[in-house]
Amino acid sequence: MKRMGVACCGLIILVLTAFPLLAQQASVPATPPAPTASVATPEVPQAVTEKLNQLEQKVTAAQSSADNAWMLVSAALVLLMTGPGLALFYGGLVRQKNVLAIMMQSFALMALITVLWALVGYSLCFGGNGPVIGNFEHAFLRGVGAAPNPDYAGTIPQTTFMIYQLMFAIITPALITGATAERMKFSGTVLFMTLWFLVVYAPMAHMVWGKGGLLNASQGGRFPTLDFAGGTVVHVTSGVSALVCALYLGKRVGYPRQPMPPHSLVLSFTGACLLWVGWFGFNAGSALASNGLASSAFVATHFGAAAAALGWSMAEWLKHGRPSALGAISGAVAGLVAITPAAGFVGPIPALAIGFIAGLSCFWMVTRIKGMFRYDDALDAFGVHGAGGTIGALLTGVFAQAAINPIFGAGKPVGGLDGRWRQVGNQLVGVLIAWSIALVGTIVLLKLVDLLTGVRVQEEHEVAGLDITLHGEEGYNLET
Amino acid sequence: MMKIEAIIQPSRLESVKEALLEIGVEGITVTEVRGHGRQKGHTEVYRGREYTVDLLPKIKLEMVLADGLANRAVEAILKSAKTGKIGDGKIFLSRIEEAIRIRNEERGEGVL
Repeated sequence: MKRMGVACCGLIILVLTAFPLLAQQASVPATPPAPTASVATPEVPQAVTEKLNQLEQKVTAAQSSADNAWMLVSAALVLLMTGPGLALFYGGLVRQKNVLAIMMQSFALMALITVLWALVGYSLCFGGNGPVIGNFEHAFLRGVGAAPNPDYAGTIPQTTFMIYQLMFAIITPALITGATAERMKFSGTVLFMTLWFLVVYAPMAHMVWGKGGLLNASQGGRFPTLDFAGGTVVHVTSGVSALVCALYLGKRVGYPRQPMPPHSLVLSFTGACLLWVGWFGFNAGSALASNGLASSAFVATHFGAAAAALGWSMAEWLKHGRPSALGAISGAVAGLVAITPAAGFVGPIPALAIGFIAGLSCFWMVTRIKGMFRYDDALDAFGVHGAGGTIGALLTGVFAQAAINPIFGAGKPVGGLDGRWRQVGNQLVGVLIAWSIALVGTIVLLKLVDLLTGVRVQEEHEVAGLDITLHGEEGYNLET
Repeated sequence: MMKIEAIIQPSRLESVKEALLEIGVEGITVTEVRGHGRQKGHTEVYRGREYTVDLLPKIKLEMVLADGLANRAVEAILKSAKTGKIGDGKIFLSRIEEAIRIRNEERGEGVL
């Protein structure tokens, strides 16, 4: 643990010194357009002008209240996706002896990323206007208060925007634990996730969503990538990193000879349903306001999940003769992943198409491709999030429409359906950058963590189960 | 005295218990067990990975009976546990030397 502490301190110092340099190269922020002054003719009495001003303030306050209410609920919904959603989903899929260990990893990230977020995380993602990563403008949440940040969400307190974005930063590394399940050390996990959040997540989030970011679509990025709620930032990065982790750690003892069936699909089922519900906060909340776009994203999310559940189940029914509960819920999650980047850009019918395609292709990834390459992605974090995220990000370029979200300006085409096929190329650039940063970052960090704390538990511990050996407790003491 | 051990399908437990009660069997021990005979197991598929489950849930009944009652008990079990399908289980008979009631240390067939 001591070595870990030293490593963390070292990294934070490195970050503190290196990133402001990057951020300061950015161009001077454009001054916001001056509000058009109302022409007050001398005949209008003072009282009327005052009344008008008051009314305007009240209208603004009313909109802010409505948007803020929805965004606070959305933030809570996104947290619900990690705990208990993902914790239950993954918890049910592991063997009984590892249920607490995997749940604990999700929970630990809820605490760990929150603290990092307050110190530097939010600022590295959303501070400044650099092309690659934020700066330290908002370190220790300096300047984050009740006043909105017009660069991102002009109608809600920046505090709300900050806490909402935090929930995304929590679930992203938690998704990776599906690939490392049943064999990664807790200490190694904590250190790796800390570094991964700073080195992979923060730059990716800034590039796609941050002001001045290289891939930012609404604020003049070099390669405007459409990613409404995190297809590249959350799912491609975590999915690809999951694959690297699975390859680096190696197979679980006994895999694939020894049977390792899920210990409780009831837990997984409950978790998947919570994920589905929480995803409304994730996608519809990404409108950052309680408006028509949020409704559109809500609908697209739901339709994508439903079509994907059907797609996966149909493929399974045809191939294995029976539709399974695990197949149906895995399909729904794959659909939710794929619709994430598209949610705020596509209509309901394209959402059905995206979901259906994702359900079929993730089924194929998990049942065929994984077997062909023989890597042990224990809970299919790559097969569902890496593959689903990549497919969703590319299909967003195909199906995005100005009628749903005129992100490039009123009347300007957005995606392939509008005749702007070039956007598919932009999406590809975004996906490639996400793949690259995840691949390189994860390999380097795993190597580093392996030297500092080690990444894999001893074989005896793995056989006995991580609950008892790493945490000193068991998930089920049913006979006491 | 005879001991009867019967391995049966879990779904037949209630009817076997009823049939034994009817002919006057008073003491019985029931255990949930797992195993297989020639039937072997079945396969389960999780995300395309097939697992062979070769140990299936079964019920084991044990009872020690006076010689006359034991034959009738075997008949009752045969009748009530049979579904006619593979996996219906087996009955094993063995001779018992002695029976002792713990409460008062009484011995012999009387304690059954």
